[in-house]
Amino acid sequence: MTNSIEIDGLVKHYGTRRVVNQVTLRVPAGCVYGFLGRNGAGKSTLIKMLLGMVQPDAGTARLLGDDIHALGPETRARIAYLAEGHPLYRALSVAETARFTRQFYAIWHQRFFDEIVDHFAISPRAKIGQLSNGQRAQVSLALALAPDPELLILDDPTLGLDTVVRRDFLESLIHLIQRKGRTILFSSHILGDVERVADRIGIMADGVLRVDCPTDHFKESLRRVVLAFVGDVPRFPACPGLVSQRQLGGKLELVFIDYGDTQRELVAALDPVTVEELALNLEDAFIAYTRGESRPLPNLEWEPIVC
Amino acid sequence: MELAINPTTGVPIYLQLAEQIRAGIARGKLRPDQRLLSVRELSQQLVVNPNTIARAYTELEREGVLYTRPGLGVFVARSAPALPKKIRRERLLGGLDRLLVEAVGLGFSADELMELVHERVKQYQWIDSARAS
Repeated sequence: MTNSIEIDGLVKHYGTRRVVNQVTLRVPAGCVYGFLGRNGAGKSTLIKMLLGMVQPDAGTARLLGDDIHALGPETRARIAYLAEGHPLYRALSVAETARFTRQFYAIWHQRFFDEIVDHFAISPRAKIGQLSNGQRAQVSLALALAPDPELLILDDPTLGLDTVVRRDFLESLIHLIQRKGRTILFSSHILGDVERVADRIGIMADGVLRVDCPTDHFKESLRRVVLAFVGDVPRFPACPGLVSQRQLGGKLELVFIDYGDTQRELVAALDPVTVEELALNLEDAFIAYTRGESRPLPNLEWEPIVC
Repeated sequence: MELAINPTTGVPIYLQLAEQIRAGIARGKLRPDQRLLSVRELSQQLVVNPNTIARAYTELEREGVLYTRPGLGVFVARSAPALPKKIRRERLLGGLDRLLVEAVGLGFSADELMELVHERVKQYQWIDSARAS
């Protein structure tokens, strides 16, 4: 199988801060890749490096087989990019924006563009500046799709959209996925969307790609294990598969990926009163991966109010 | 039959769908040889990646719950599931144990539980015992 995106050891610093730290990633052709991370995790920087808008400090990457430092116009014409916030020229009308954009592409399906814009009930004569955020997102999706790209890179496309518009947007995305062989990389922090749409997910935290696996596998292999203790709650020793630990009252909450015999023995060694094993939804799993080591919340003590 | 996705559980989407289709067959909402929505149609209806739908169908096909007729679609199988009796039995016992734990936890007596089971059994489609073995 060929890869549409190949990233090898990309690094980027802003000042002394390392915002992207040795990221290596393969996205096979035809894959829908959901790219998750909190604000400032390095998702946008990584995407911008792929598209040549930010120069990497180290590492290499290839899009559709071409090195990102030498992306020819022919390869670029097979890639579409939706920038965060959908920046478009406010003074142009929707139709003018399409005429402007099509000059950059060898292939342009005007009818397809018109149909998408019509589907979203946007007038081609409307000025971009008069559209809502949701409509702007829809216009930029239509612009990205008209060249029938092989690779589509979307940087948080549903940011700031309301629930209904977001669902419309996802529907169009699903429609697109159905064309065989098209690769989509999209970043988001709405986990429910990612789960519906993505074949694989990656989670970035502090510039490091911490998870890269099929979406189903991620959900199936994570376990939350809650241990209850009488008296002091011990710390859990470092072990393979431990994602996070957190102390909550007299309990120790652990999150594991691939919870097996090794981990079970370590749990038993701490001699807890009870052990509870639970599945995690994607949201909880994401939080466990990206929160980092958190200190226990202080105990709040207050006088009861006597009425 | 309407399928739905619950994003708040720890259960992957393809397993949720497989489970709902199994339940639909067990309750007689889906009949043998009935055609299911195509991967494409269901993907658009539920707003879910078509590969996820295909995975649910493949899983059920492997178990003998569904079958594909090339060019025509995916259908509900007529015969009992293809899995060996031993495995089917183990799966059933797993579910039964979860039910019993829940019943004890909620403070039901064994008699009350049996009464509920008898009542509920009527809502499902059962194959006769001669064919089951």
